[in-house]
Amino acid sequence: MGMIICRGQLVEDLWQWPPAEPPSAADPLAGGRVLLTLSQWLQHRDRARGAGCGVWLAPEEDPAMLLPDLPELSLIAIHFPVFTDGRGYSQARLLRERHGYGGELRAVGDVLQDQLPLMLRCGFDAFCLRTDQSLAEALRRIAGEP
Amino acid sequence: MYRYNQTDQRLVDERVIQFRDQMTRFLDGRLGEDEFRPLRLQNGLYIQRHAPMLRVAIPYGTLSSPQLRALADIARRYDRGYGHFTTRSNLQYNWIRLEDTPEILAELARVQMHAIQTSGNCIRNITTDAFAGVAADEILDPRPYCEIVRQWSIQAPEFLFLPRKFKIAISGGEEDRAAVRFHDIGARAKVAEDGRIGFEIFVGGGLGRTPMVGQLLRDFLPREDLLTYFEAILRVYNRYGRRDNKYKARIKILVKDLGLAGFLKEVEDEWAWTRGGPATLSGDRFQEMEAFFSPPGGALPACAEGTFRKALEDSRPFSRWVARNVVAHRQPGRTIVTLSLKKTGMPPGDATADQMEGVAALAERYSSGEIRVSHEQNLVLPQVCEEDLPALWEAARALGLATPNIGLLSDLVCCPGGDFCSLANARSIPVAEAIQRRFEDLDYQFDLGPLELNMSGCVNACGHHHIGHIGILGVDKNNEEWYQVTIGGREGNRAALGKVIGPSFAAGQIPEVIGRLLEVYVASRREEEIFIDTVERIGLAPFKARVYGEAAWA
Ligand code: SF4
Repeated sequence: MGMIICRGQLVEDLWQWPPAEPPSAADPLAGGRVLLTLSQWLQHRDRARGAGCGVWLAPEEDPAMLLPDLPELSLIAIHFPVFTDGRGYSQARLLRERHGYGGELRAVGDVLQDQLPLMLRCGFDAFCLRTDQSLAEALRRIAGEP
Repeated sequence: MYRYNQTDQRLVDERVIQFRDQMTRFLDGRLGEDEFRPLRLQNGLYIQRHAPMLRVAIPYGTLSSPQLRALADIARRYDRGYGHFTTRSNLQYNWIRLEDTPEILAELARVQMHAIQTSGNCIRNITTDAFAGVAADEILDPRPYCEIVRQWSIQAPEFLFLPRKFKIAISGGEEDRAAVRFHDIGARAKVAEDGRIGFEIFVGGGLGRTPMVGQLLRDFLPREDLLTYFEAILRVYNRYGRRDNKYKARIKILVKDLGLAGFLKEVEDEWAWTRGGPATLSGDRFQEMEAFFSPPGGALPACAEGTFRKALEDSRPFSRWVARNVVAHRQPGRTIVTLSLKKTGMPPGDATADQMEGVAALAERYSSGEIRVSHEQNLVLPQVCEEDLPALWEAARALGLATPNIGLLSDLVCCPGGDFCSLANARSIPVAEAIQRRFEDLDYQFDLGPLELNMSGCVNACGHHHIGHIGILGVDKNNEEWYQVTIGGREGNRAALGKVIGPSFAAGQIPEVIGRLLEVYVASRREEEIFIDTVERIGLAPFKARVYGEAAWA
């Protein structure tokens, strides 16, 4: 289990993501805490909602696709394929400020300590950093040290 | 002038601490080159041909005397005693040391300056008319709006990793002197029929590899909506602009791909959510900002009587300088003076530390302590009493800044080119000098009249060659430096892109090519007709015929 930073704390990542295979009918996504890609989510929406799954968004995907689901979602992960791809910042602001999403909003992928303050200001509250990043330094960035 | 409040100061101070830490991590290997690159670019630091280059932001081209002195001091202590003013009214230091940059940024922060937003794929330093707030033809002073947009853009974390760089220009005059149609967003002041103040909004203009004239996106945007609308444009661009190919990543390509109507629809749909929302600007905000830019009591003090008229009659060099370098100010008795950074032998736009300090002192003495940087790479003293002109002229002459050539052939615009820039195909500075030498005769230049010559060392077009009446572009042919010539470009209300006249030339041929173009003009012009108007009237053919039609090329 990897460690992530969530709301300023170092915590264990209890989510499983993304599943290698689309969930089959036989596997009722039991246990929850499974992160699905947007297309998996849309395909299995009814079951996934009941099971407490989360959604993993790619940069080109429109967060408005999740509008009906937002009140029930407890995790949306926004993927940064490279840290210089800034689309995730717009996705985050839209989810938080326009669509009122209140659950965990996690940055995943090429997430580096120097971008954390920007991500915080766009509404992210959880960060799964690239594995080479120092979590201690990341925590300091999040605490607002320049 | 705008003065930082605590928030502004904290932002630049924290940035210095942050960058110092990033530099330390880079130098000791904890931060890789790929990760460091965007961070250093966000702080104006490039790695160039000979040394790192630091580009300092001069927001909308306005400097105070203490700021210019600080720039001089940095040039002397950290560089080789000079700096280069760019066509985007920034200042570049070409010979600094990497490890000194955090300290230089700290020096800048002490005088309310920074190098944020001068490079990288973010909203760049906002530009405007060098005569903003003093021009006689002004609809409104664009600087308060520039400052509002500057504060918003420096604080907008959403737009720091755009597909590509993003340039905004705002102009306030009847005549557009900020080239608004050659920016990603251009805003031109406009008063609606019912008296509301606002802007015409152009989008998708730019020079570079794929030059395009910006298209009119909105005929009238009320000024209250400036930020919500800009944000809508930026968000559409951030989400949908191409990221797979950096040559197709500017907003102009998105506008082209979606079509103007399609792009407009995206923007308006986005704007529908935020229009009238919390980012809408209030009348108070405008007033608060305008107060920074208007003289105490609303007008500058009246000027004393003196010997100006007599000096005009007595001295031909002085009257020539006044004719070219001095223009009308909105307030009678005051003038706007341009100090030329285009003296033959000095690379265009370069100023030494001594010159910068000299100008800072002149500004304090004669121009309310304020200096502007023009996009033609000259320095402007915006509020000089007519009666002070003779003394100012003498002092400017002593500094080598009184060449009476503003708007003439030798006032050419030129990027640093192959002597400094690692992207260059060809050198530009020596070619500029060869042109200045060949046409040194001032009588000839005065006779030719207004003529804009712009030169870039590669397609990135930092020298804005597409909009020069005559444009010169450095190109690479089998590892040799060649120069392509365009004519017919212009900025302002009748903006147009120049057209290539034919095959390119060797460096040594350029002065002769210019000479031939000018011969055609002189032979064909009608009374009072300037070069560019003759080109528009008679077309390219006579110019081509004269340049290429003879076997006389060695
Ligand atoms: S036009 Fe090219 S050569 Fe000139 S400064 Fe720009 S990038 Fe460098």
